[in-house]
Amino acid sequence: MKRLAYLAAAAVALLPAPVALAEWKPSKAVEFVVTAGAGGGTDIFARAVQAAVQKNNLMSQPIIVTIKGGGSGAEGYVYTKSAEGDPHKLVFGTHNMYVLPLAAKVAFTHRDLTPIAAMVFDEFMIWVKGDSPIKDAKGFVEAVKAKGGQWKMAGAQSKDSDELITKLLDKAIGTKIIYVPYKSGGEADVQLSGGHLDSHVNNPAESVGNWKAGKVRPLCVFNREPLAAGPKVTETQAWSDIPTCRSQGIAIDQFQQPRIASLPGKVPAEAVAFYQDLLRKVAETPEWKEYVARTAQSGRVLIGGDLTKFIDGDYARFQAVFKEEGWLVQ
Amino acid sequence: MDNIGDLLHGFQVALTGYHLTLMVVGVLFGILVGVLPGLGAPNGVTLLIPLTFTMDPVSAIILLASMYWGALFGGSTTSILFNIPGEPSSVATTFDGHPMAKQGRATEALSYAFLSAAFGALFGVVVITLLAGPAASFAHKFSSPEYFAVYFLAFACFVGLGGASPFKTLVSAGMGFSLASVGMDTISGSLRLTYGLPDLIKGVSFLVAVIGLFGIGELIATMEERLEFRGVRARVSPRDVLKTIAALPSYWVVLVRSSLVGCWMGITPGGPTAASFMSYGLARRFAPRTGEFGKGAPEGVIAPEAADHSAGTSAMLPMLALGIPGSATAAVMMGGLMIWGLHPGPMLFVDQKSFVWGLIASMYVANVVAVVLVLFTVPLFAAILRIPFAIIAPMIVVVCFVSAWTVSSSPFDLWLAFMFGLIGYLFKKCNYPIAPMVLAMVIGDKAEDAFRQSMIIHGGSLGAFWSNWLCGTIMTLGFVLLLWPLLSSLMRRISKAVVARPLRAGD
Repeated sequence: MKRLAYLAAAAVALLPAPVALAEWKPSKAVEFVVTAGAGGGTDIFARAVQAAVQKNNLMSQPIIVTIKGGGSGAEGYVYTKSAEGDPHKLVFGTHNMYVLPLAAKVAFTHRDLTPIAAMVFDEFMIWVKGDSPIKDAKGFVEAVKAKGGQWKMAGAQSKDSDELITKLLDKAIGTKIIYVPYKSGGEADVQLSGGHLDSHVNNPAESVGNWKAGKVRPLCVFNREPLAAGPKVTETQAWSDIPTCRSQGIAIDQFQQPRIASLPGKVPAEAVAFYQDLLRKVAETPEWKEYVARTAQSGRVLIGGDLTKFIDGDYARFQAVFKEEGWLVQ
Repeated sequence: MDNIGDLLHGFQVALTGYHLTLMVVGVLFGILVGVLPGLGAPNGVTLLIPLTFTMDPVSAIILLASMYWGALFGGSTTSILFNIPGEPSSVATTFDGHPMAKQGRATEALSYAFLSAAFGALFGVVVITLLAGPAASFAHKFSSPEYFAVYFLAFACFVGLGGASPFKTLVSAGMGFSLASVGMDTISGSLRLTYGLPDLIKGVSFLVAVIGLFGIGELIATMEERLEFRGVRARVSPRDVLKTIAALPSYWVVLVRSSLVGCWMGITPGGPTAASFMSYGLARRFAPRTGEFGKGAPEGVIAPEAADHSAGTSAMLPMLALGIPGSATAAVMMGGLMIWGLHPGPMLFVDQKSFVWGLIASMYVANVVAVVLVLFTVPLFAAILRIPFAIIAPMIVVVCFVSAWTVSSSPFDLWLAFMFGLIGYLFKKCNYPIAPMVLAMVIGDKAEDAFRQSMIIHGGSLGAFWSNWLCGTIMTLGFVLLLWPLLSSLMRRISKAVVARPLRAGD
């Protein structure tokens, strides 16, 4: 047996390197680890990748999706970290892979993982109740100021994007908004549509149902440009009709949530190349384009150096605000 | 009536061949689980949950709910035939059911039990059907203070009306609360009680806890008690069944009163066990011939069975509409709902019409299926009890650990399940109720979130909970129920004093 292994190793060593790079392929089922609850944004992201891979036969091995959303997703990252060197586990998440370790002792950092690609960026919008007299972002700023520190903003989770945006709004408007954390954007949406709070900053997909029903209404989007043109969502408006917050006088340039797929740490470079190639192909499929349009996100694929640069920049931005708020874990 | 239309839509969902098959399978599995003393409805449901991960939520809940009805029926079978309550809620059925069986009236007792159980269950479903519509329009009235008030009411019910001593209920619930707070905290975004162990980051899964508490804990207790199977042979002859059906209407007062008690206890989460004891007590109090109770009175079988089943079915309404489980089994099912990505609460009736009404329609059908099945299969299942415990027990242990593994494929969970088994055994030995702990584990962190959200919204004022009539009423009711044991003993003392004084004055 041992001799056979040596022979095999020698044979591999003799092969020219570029061929070896191109030839790595998963040898067993690949596990997609979802770092959020079933039915959440990350779950839908992972399943969209799975559907695109399977429908277009991009990989011969089957895919198993496992939900490990405990501890705001820390469960899935710790699980992936412990599979060091195993290129058959792909963990799906958001910026929580580098934001979670900032505020809580979660037994992993993003440096324990090998990010493969950021595939899509989710948008954030300011939403108010459907029958609110507020018409636009200017009206929003005035209403918040008029409430004098009593404006209530609902959001998903604590010390995460929604609360961070609220802090950025505080600075931009020059007031104090009360932030009320809920378990998910869906819960925050139910509370807003019931009129128990004043606003929230949900992703489009989290509130589209209630927007269609006229129960909540988006005012502006935290992006440099309005969203890509598409079909009408309500009777009169499409996502592209929502103006940017910046154009309405709220000085927040851009705030987006990347959706990132990563391998565990210390995996072979050939495997990294395989998955980079795989995800690049996924982004070209019609299934994937349909997913991006349906959830009103921005499809933009970042791989390799671009991805590292993006993560470093975003990490620094979160770290700065967390430091200022005293949220950094000791 | 909107409800009728919704219900018809529900029947369309429920009456497919696939769903009918699931009902039969669920009921059969439920009867089996109910008949086995080591297993009860909550752990039967727990064992099935991993199987439902790949199913459509409607199919999954139909399977679990059918199993629940089957377990309730199976539980009364062993109570009557062997004097072993298969379920905690069928303890009261043993009081008169087993004496009847010993007198050779086993068929009569079983038929009374099954038929009154079916009556209670259908009564419960009708109540749910009528109340489900208004429950949906309640949807938007609920903000954090209201949610907290409702959770508070649930705990207050367990403390004030539960069968065990209020102190023990509080201890049990307190342990559940601490376990629920392990892991990520929504409000502060930091980890609690994990002691640096990565395995604890995801928190303590209540499924694992339930597997240990009910499955392994009950087994250890049963082993110690050295079960003797003093079985009475059961043959259900059609003629005896018909005779019982003919006699049943004369007990309509008991039937209706017990079903009402059951509904009340199911909706205000007192649970089927409390309901069956309460209605047995009431039946005994109001019976013309109290002396026959305990020696084989049909009322003594009818009352607890009707209440048990109407509580079991109506417990589904607060679980779906408010996210409050009315029984331990409903608590486990609620966990399942969340795993399937559904969020129990008023919005469920708006967002998930097919799910809710499919379930309600399936409750009508599955209960009829259950009665028919149970009448035919009783002798078969009763035979299981003749298999030596030494063979059945190891099988149950294997099933328990396999299920604990399935929850999140973590070896740590196996140790947790084992540990909870020991806790469950200790609880049983010391007469501590397990249900409050399970309830606290399921809704403990939601209650905490709701409380802290209310505090943030209302600037830290406890007045938040009396800020409108809705949550004010629920909170006040909660306090009354919480202090009920104190109040009732106080009232007894006062009335004694009032009676005593004139006597003294007359001296």
